[in-house]
Formats: sequence, C-alpha cells, structure tokens
Amino acid sequence: MKRTTLDLWVGIFVVAGIGALLFLALKVGNMGAFDSGATYAVNAHFDNIGGLKPRAPVKSAGVVVGRVGEILFDTKNYEAQVVLDIDGRYRFPADSSASIMTSGLLGEQYIALEAGGDPKMLQPGDSLKLTQGAVVLENLIGQFLYNKADEAAAGGTQE
Amino acid sequence: MLDGITRSLRAIGHRVIFSIWRMGVATRFFWLTLLQSGIVLRRPMLVIKEIFSAGVLSLIIILVSGLFVGMVLGLQGYDTLQTYGSEEALGILVALSLVRELGPVVAALLFASRAGSAITAEIGLMKATEQIAAMEMMAVDPVARVVAPRFWGAVISMPLLAALFSAMGIFGGYLVGVVLIGVDEGAFWSQMQAAVDFRDDILNGVIKSVVFGVAVTIIALFEGYDAPPTAEGVSRATTRTVVTSSLAILALDFILTAFMFHGV
Repeated sequence: MKRTTLDLWVGIFVVAGIGALLFLALKVGNMGAFDSGATYAVNAHFDNIGGLKPRAPVKSAGVVVGRVGEILFDTKNYEAQVVLDIDGRYRFPADSSASIMTSGLLGEQYIALEAGGDPKMLQPGDSLKLTQGAVVLENLIGQFLYNKADEAAAGGTQE
Repeated sequence: MLDGITRSLRAIGHRVIFSIWRMGVATRFFWLTLLQSGIVLRRPMLVIKEIFSAGVLSLIIILVSGLFVGMVLGLQGYDTLQTYGSEEALGILVALSLVRELGPVVAALLFASRAGSAITAEIGLMKATEQIAAMEMMAVDPVARVVAPRFWGAVISMPLLAALFSAMGIFGGYLVGVVLIGVDEGAFWSQMQAAVDFRDDILNGVIKSVVFGVAVTIIALFEGYDAPPTAEGVSRATTRTVVTSSLAILALDFILTAFMFHGV
C-alpha cells in the first residue's frame, strides 16, 4: 500500500486528538497525578482535615514549600493521616507544627507549617508531633452559642 | 382583500408542508447513508481522505479559537472569582465550562462553518457539473462513493476536534490564570481534578460532540445533495447548511444537557 503525506497528516491529527482526550482524562479529570523535583515525605496526623485535598499547598510563612501527597485514614487512632511532600531544598526542625488553614472565606484549604526550635531536623518519614486540624464552622458556631448562653445564665444569677 | 389573505395563508401552508416533506427526505437520505456505509470498510482510503479535509484542515481554527476562548475564560473567571477570594477555583470554572459545554458546542459551530459548508459546496458543485449524474450512469452509487465516506470522515473528526478544543482551552486558561496572573498552580490543577469527573463530565462531552458531528454532517451532506444545480442554488444551500446546523447544535445541546445534568 502506498504511503502518502495525507496519511501522515491524518495520523498526526488522530494521535493529537487521542492525546487531547488522554490529557482531559488524566490531567483535567481525576485519573492520575504527576510531580516533579526532589521531595521528602513527612507524616502528620489530624483529628479532622475538613476539606483538604491531595496536591493542596503546604505553606510556611506564606511560602509554598510542598504539597499534600496522600490523605489516608489511620484505623489505629481513628485519625486522618496526611503525607506531606516537602521540597528537598527546605529543612524544618523536628518539633515543627502543622495546622490546616483556609485562605479566604470560601478559599481552598492548605497546611501551614510552623518551624520549631529543635536543633534536630525532620527526617523523611518522620511524624509531626504538634498538629491542629481544620476548624469546623458548625462546631465554632455551636461553641459560641453555648458560651453566650452560659454568660447569660451567669449574669442572671448575679442579679 | 380576501384573495390576499387566502394567498398568504396558502403560502404559509406551502412552506410548512415543504419543510416537513424535506425533513422526511433528509431522514430517508440519512438511512440510505448508513445502509451504504459498508464502503468505509472496503475502501478505507476514501475515509482517510475525508478525515484530512474535514478534520486536519479544521485544526488551525479549532486550536486557535480554543486557546483564545480558554484565555478569555481565565481572565473573566479570575475577575469574578477574586471578588470572593476564591481565585483557586479558576481551574474548576475553566475546565468544567470547556469540557461540558464550550468544547463540544463551539467546536461544532466552527466545524459547521468550516467543514460543513465545504461539504455542501463540494457536493452541490458536483451535482451542478453533473458528476453525480455521471456516476449514476456508470452504475456507481453516489451515496456510497461520495456521501458515506464524507459522513464517516466528519463524524470521526468531530469528537477529536472537540477534545483538542477543550485541551487547548484549558491550556489557555492555565496560561492566563497561572502564568500571567499568578493563581497557585497546584490549587489550579488539584481543584480541577477534584471537580471534573471522567464519566459525568468528560465522557458526556464526548457523547455530545459525536451527536453534534452526526447532525452537522448529515445536514451538510443533505443540503449539498438536495441543492438546485445552479450557482445560486449551491450558494443558498451552503448558507442554509451553516444556519440550520448551528440551530440544530444549540437545540440538541439543550436536549442533551437536560438529559445529562438534570441532577446537577
């Protein structure tokens, strides 16, 4: 069979189209993830991660220093286990603390890493001791209402 | 006076009956095309040639428009989202609007005006220069030789073009949102990946583009095949192809969206 340039162009077109479909499926849809650069993994346990998602940023002093790698459920303590992939260029003291924050009122959630004072540095695979989970808005409102009610009751007995 | 009213009523009735009659002929033509599709397997070179003229030659317009549509979505979306401090949702906005709606619909509209009009003009001119009649004389079925390969070439090209349009648009949104404005790259992709579902969004978009491809192509083929064999007839048929298929795309899009996303 004779091969023509027309075949070549149609081939390029079909390959590009299928490539675009794969791009949509893998990169845009939720069927895979990629990462680049050297990172080291650190574990952190949270009682509640709220709406944290894989690949959310890990920030220290507002600078992105890594990404959330994996989110697992630890059946031993019934806690969320989050694997943080931290950029190899940045080292943190072993007693650093992690907390889940929200950027903006409706914004995405990220992990804020607060450096400690330990001379020893975090090693790959270490676990962070000090963590603070996401703030659940409903609990916060509930607490606020209880406090108000307590105050009102206390004020009532004094009078 | 009364005579004028009767005449205008008669004209309206004639137009209605004429369009219904044409609709019937078009359906029979569609059925005939499907019946004659065996040639696609027997002589695949014919289809490859049509994929070239319908798909490859439409690549530039699809890629460039996709890029610009995505860039505009990035700019407009950022402008609105930053009011609520949720610029990171830009990825979701760009990807969902492209994959669900803009990709299939705009690509099909461009396809109708770029490839559909070309198909109509080509077949209309073949008819005007009596090439179709000559084929019939030689006992070559023009539906099998001319119509069916064009139909399958265009129907295969359409979903690929729509996917390229969406991919290019998302790249354009990324270019404006992340590279130019500075939305966080990880949040852009991660929120997009969390929100876009393969079956619900991407697959439904592909189904849409296949349906649009069938509709546009059959309208273009029928208008060309049915065109009066004159210069004026071919030009009017080409115009009608673009208008009718654009309307068909938008109407079908509403019906398909109502079926696919009624729960959303």
